[in-house]
Amino acid sequence: MNIFLQQLINGLSVGSIYAVIALGYTMVYGIIRLINFAHGDIMMMGAYFAFITVFATGMPFYMVLIVSMVLAAVLGVTIESLAYKPLRKAPRISALITAIGMSLFLQNLALVIFRADPKIMPAIIPKRPIMIGPIQIGTVTITTIALSIFFMVLLDFFVKKTKPGKSMRAVSEDKEASILMGINVNKTISITFAIGSALGALGGVLYSVAYTQVFPTMGVMPGLKAFVAAVFGGIGLIPGAMLGGFVIGMIETITKAYISSQWSDAIVFGILIIVLLIKPTGILGKNEREKV
Amino acid sequence: MAKISIKNYIMNVLAIVILYALLKFLIWNGVISRYYLGIIIFICINIVLATSLNLATGFLGQLALGHAGFMAIGAYVSAITAISLKGSGLPNTVMLIISLLLAAIFAGVIGILIGIPALRLKGDYLGIITLGFGEVIRVFINNIKMTGGAQGLTGIPRISNIDNIFWITVVVVTILYTLTNSRHGRAIKSIREDEIAAEAVGIQTTKYKVMGFAIAAFFAGIGGGMYAHYIAFLDPNTFNFMRSVEILVIVVLGGMGSLTGSVIAAIVLTILPEALRDFANYRLLIYSGLLVIMMIFRPQGLFGTTEFSLSGFLYKLRHNQIFSSRKKIEEGD
Repeated sequence: MNIFLQQLINGLSVGSIYAVIALGYTMVYGIIRLINFAHGDIMMMGAYFAFITVFATGMPFYMVLIVSMVLAAVLGVTIESLAYKPLRKAPRISALITAIGMSLFLQNLALVIFRADPKIMPAIIPKRPIMIGPIQIGTVTITTIALSIFFMVLLDFFVKKTKPGKSMRAVSEDKEASILMGINVNKTISITFAIGSALGALGGVLYSVAYTQVFPTMGVMPGLKAFVAAVFGGIGLIPGAMLGGFVIGMIETITKAYISSQWSDAIVFGILIIVLLIKPTGILGKNEREKV
Repeated sequence: MAKISIKNYIMNVLAIVILYALLKFLIWNGVISRYYLGIIIFICINIVLATSLNLATGFLGQLALGHAGFMAIGAYVSAITAISLKGSGLPNTVMLIISLLLAAIFAGVIGILIGIPALRLKGDYLGIITLGFGEVIRVFINNIKMTGGAQGLTGIPRISNIDNIFWITVVVVTILYTLTNSRHGRAIKSIREDEIAAEAVGIQTTKYKVMGFAIAAFFAGIGGGMYAHYIAFLDPNTFNFMRSVEILVIVVLGGMGSLTGSVIAAIVLTILPEALRDFANYRLLIYSGLLVIMMIFRPQGLFGTTEFSLSGFLYKLRHNQIFSSRKKIEEGD
């Protein structure tokens, strides 16, 4: 039973990382209907930013996190304005290929700059096991869960209560109408990319601290899983990404612990397939009527 | 009309035979080394994979991100068939044809099984679900005994060579070309243009969608088999999501709905990383950068939906219109 609880908490921790990464996917999809395949690599870049900052300055964890998130936000906005903005009116699949190209570009950029060998991420969160009753939890796990939830609450507040957040929702609802209402669509899209990328960096830093490694292709698998999570909860929906992240993290941890670690990927993708077949718009999604 | 098309056929057959003769001559001459030969074989494999995906994504208009899965099925079925036929004393070509056909049929059947539920979805969702199926196929191959699992499959007879690969590629592209220009091909294209309108004029959209998807899987199986018999070693992780993406990139870059575009793009995109080998580490950086730039400046791909035709090219050559505006010829054609 204790082991089971332990696994649940691990699942929660993995899930919260997936959830923050999934938020980036879902926000970008919501606003420009683009599957931003480069998002997993922005997460990787975020981890490298943190790695460099730690080595260059030796700042404490929270400062490192903020620096990494800001740099990733700048990177995200730059990518959007250079690569995605010219293609806003192009066929959607061209934009998709551009995103894939951008993903490859970032991976190879990291490969050229940092080389292929994994770098060891210093333990910037002091590692102490904490006992809660009979269960032992690492400080990394607790920090991961706490930080993710903190930023999710913050994001929820931002989207619901602030003006840029409201314009974000307006643009994702109806771009043309929001232009007519005097919303600066380009600025809103930039803000979305900034926030999404910063959250991606948060996920990257937490992931690299949890697994103590940073390497150029580290963003691929978590990126894909986070994407599955976003679809699972209903792509384009912020609460959906959170829910999906936690569910996918939980399923993955439980199957790895109790069924088979080799088959866990197949089970995750299998669940994705089943969800898509039963309710294509995801668990929280609403069905869109087909118009002739 | 009939006369022109017969003339066209003869001209195209002649062109292919000349190309083949030239290839053989250059190999005999020693101009094409083993290294270059390997690249040409990969070009052919990529042509088969890209043109087959083009049927599903370009002509049918259904985004598929799991083509590597069908390629993997083809590669493994074909490899296992050939391994079990090894001692039977069949000539290599017969063995190759049997294994490739079995591979293609197997991949096609899986294509139907996946297509029937998956094709109810549209657009990005279809892309995602095919991505899911592709990954499931890969993990499956990784974990069953018959395929050698994660250690890979060895001992595959190396029975494909430049001759049979060249002619298989020619046959595949020809079949796909005639298919896309047939009545069924027009039905498939109408679904891309407007599914609801197609349904309204009496086209069985579900049937044609599944058919197009299954045929794409069928030929991806052949491509996988060609790969297996050339490389002679299979590692399940080569058939990952990135492999599907590579094929899709060829299709989009060549132009969705243009088989000749796919052929040209397959040639360019197979040679490009090799040509950039001198830049060592910067190779893939340049490659991906070029990809993004090409997409920004030519989002419809090199050819769009038009096909390159030899007769059209010669017509333009005769009338000195290669460099003048293209519009005039299209109208006069």
